[in-house]
Amino acid sequence: MAVAFEKVRSTATAESGKNILTVNGLTMHFPLTQGIIFQRQVGAVRAVDGIDFFVQKGETLGLVGESGCGKSTTGRAILQLYKPTAGSVKFEGTELTTLGGEQMRRMRRKMQMIFQDPYASLNPRMTVGNIIGEPLEVHHLASGRAKTERVQELLKVVGLNPYFTNRYPHEFSGGQRQRIGVARALAVEPEFIVADEPISALDVSIQAQIINLLEELQEKFQLTYLFIAHDLSVVRHISDRVAVMYLGKIVEVADRQELYEKPLHPYTQALLSAVPIPDPAIESKRKRIILTGDVPSPVNPPSGCRFHTRCWKAQEICSEVDPEFIEHSPRHWAACHFPG
Amino acid sequence: MPLLEVNDLHTYFYTRDGVVRAVDGVTFELAAGETLGLVGESGCGKTVTALSLMRLIPQPPGKITEGQIIFDGQDVLKMDDDEVRGIRGNNVAMIFQDPMTSLNPVLTISRQVSEALELHLKMDRSEARKRTVELLDLVGIPSAKKRLDDYPHQFSGGMRQRVMIAMALSCNPKLILADEPTTALDVTIQAQILDLLKNLAREFRTAFILITHDLGVVAGMTQRIHVMYAGRIVEKADTGELFANPKHPYTWGLLRSIPRLDEQRKQRLVPIEGLPPDLIAPPPGCKFEPRCAYRRDVCREKEPPLERVPNAKPDHEARCWGTQEGGWLVDVDWHSEIGDVRVLEEIKQEVASVPAEAAHAAAADANPGARKEGS
Repeated sequence: MAVAFEKVRSTATAESGKNILTVNGLTMHFPLTQGIIFQRQVGAVRAVDGIDFFVQKGETLGLVGESGCGKSTTGRAILQLYKPTAGSVKFEGTELTTLGGEQMRRMRRKMQMIFQDPYASLNPRMTVGNIIGEPLEVHHLASGRAKTERVQELLKVVGLNPYFTNRYPHEFSGGQRQRIGVARALAVEPEFIVADEPISALDVSIQAQIINLLEELQEKFQLTYLFIAHDLSVVRHISDRVAVMYLGKIVEVADRQELYEKPLHPYTQALLSAVPIPDPAIESKRKRIILTGDVPSPVNPPSGCRFHTRCWKAQEICSEVDPEFIEHSPRHWAACHFPG
Repeated sequence: MPLLEVNDLHTYFYTRDGVVRAVDGVTFELAAGETLGLVGESGCGKTVTALSLMRLIPQPPGKITEGQIIFDGQDVLKMDDDEVRGIRGNNVAMIFQDPMTSLNPVLTISRQVSEALELHLKMDRSEARKRTVELLDLVGIPSAKKRLDDYPHQFSGGMRQRVMIAMALSCNPKLILADEPTTALDVTIQAQILDLLKNLAREFRTAFILITHDLGVVAGMTQRIHVMYAGRIVEKADTGELFANPKHPYTWGLLRSIPRLDEQRKQRLVPIEGLPPDLIAPPPGCKFEPRCAYRRDVCREKEPPLERVPNAKPDHEARCWGTQEGGWLVDVDWHSEIGDVRVLEEIKQEVASVPAEAAHAAAADANPGARKEGS
């Protein structure tokens, strides 16, 4: 483990000028308790269990994995929506985990989130104008007339009619609501946005509209994204670099082309081979790696390498020693005893 | 004789806001042992089509207002409830989208799987139990015998979907309707389930209709594909033909708007602009016209029929004025020509403007303003 940390840290410092976010040993355990009055902890859901990565200014880091692998928890722990159990999260050199409430609130101006479910993430009793205007008031950025104008400008930026300010969320379709969510995130002019499955609740034909919008906004405002998704095709499309998570750990990180062409970790290989390609000619020739079994419980993860219970390459060492997260080629990290 | 023949099926829902034309004139047939994909976005009527086939439409508010469903020579719509019950789960089985909610949480797995065996095949308890073990083995549930008396919550999502498949297979059905069977599952589990379905269909020569919004899933699974939009089939073709030589602008839009895992370089996606259709007040002409970048005046006026298209295989049909004999889209290369840029801008403006449900409210808002200006 220690070696792996050093590796990440060395690259992190080498390119520290470019790093907007550096995460070291981030751990998020949710306690499991028993008893009603005298609660005692009987275990923990180890949702995120010591992960290291960095995000560079202006890039999109895609974070993929199956449900329950801890990718959303990672996103929330970075924004301090959860208080991490251990580890450090540095945003532009500032350690976030030790910040107090008021300081953290000020930091949040620079980092925003776009949520998965556009139906649940907008307050149904607030007008669009109030939803988008709220962050402006919280951060004392604009009020009164200036606020209204700013809200209208934001609506225009995300491709909605600026005169929608008095409408309520239920009047909009899913895609339009997600645009409102994007406008709310943009209101405070953030530098960094965590997009947690922003398109998975939308229809296929609408997904591309939102992906394009996010790409346009990134160009226009030099945004940095942490893009969390389970769909590898979408992540490949939007990301510059991709991190693959399995059961609370990052198992592989690489530039997008490298990861999709030369995946090192068997889990990444299996994931890639499982994604159906909309072309029957290619589909009939592809060889699929079908993983057996299900993802084990994060309450009691397997010893050694967490993937060894489903891995076709697993040998004795895999169940005993947790593989280190090593840089196998420049900017390509993987945690596996038998990579390639 | 085809196994299943659906003629001009109309299923409407009578709601407070108006009549929702969920399925509006669907015609197709399916041979024994054939695999068919029904593809479309949510709300296009694919699930309602499947539920209509099984006569599972909640009534009211729903009603099959017109059409014919001939399964194995019998008209399903003319059957009484007992006769339908004799087919349901027996000759026609269904696999639902969400394995979390489609199993009964308070009954053991063995009770749920053997129910159909006892009912349709008249097995006694112990026979049915024995057969249940075989079925669970068949769908790849490890140590099936020990897990017979487990409850659904003791199974993971993928395992529950396997139980659903075992239930569907229990009476050797001639037709399986699989409604988004893998949408709720993770990719690696999806691969397992699709693999299983494919092998079983091949082994038992069961016909199945796979309903999905994911073109990738049908590409590797089915022989034919029907693309649905706004309660209608807009394109029918062999799977290979559909992907190699698609003919309907909506199919083009679908294919262009999804990022592909094997995409070579980073290219912009071409989304289908505009919003999904309102099925209470659908557009008068072609249902896709409001979102179509290739539209002409005729599209707004008259709805095109589902017809054979030129330069394609004989059984390839599309519902589009442009791609039919003499149309303006016959020789278009859909990869490069994404339609009239001006029209695209117009459609984008529509997204930006009034939301569908608020159209009336907006009209009401606008009028007093106009009056004030006038006075």
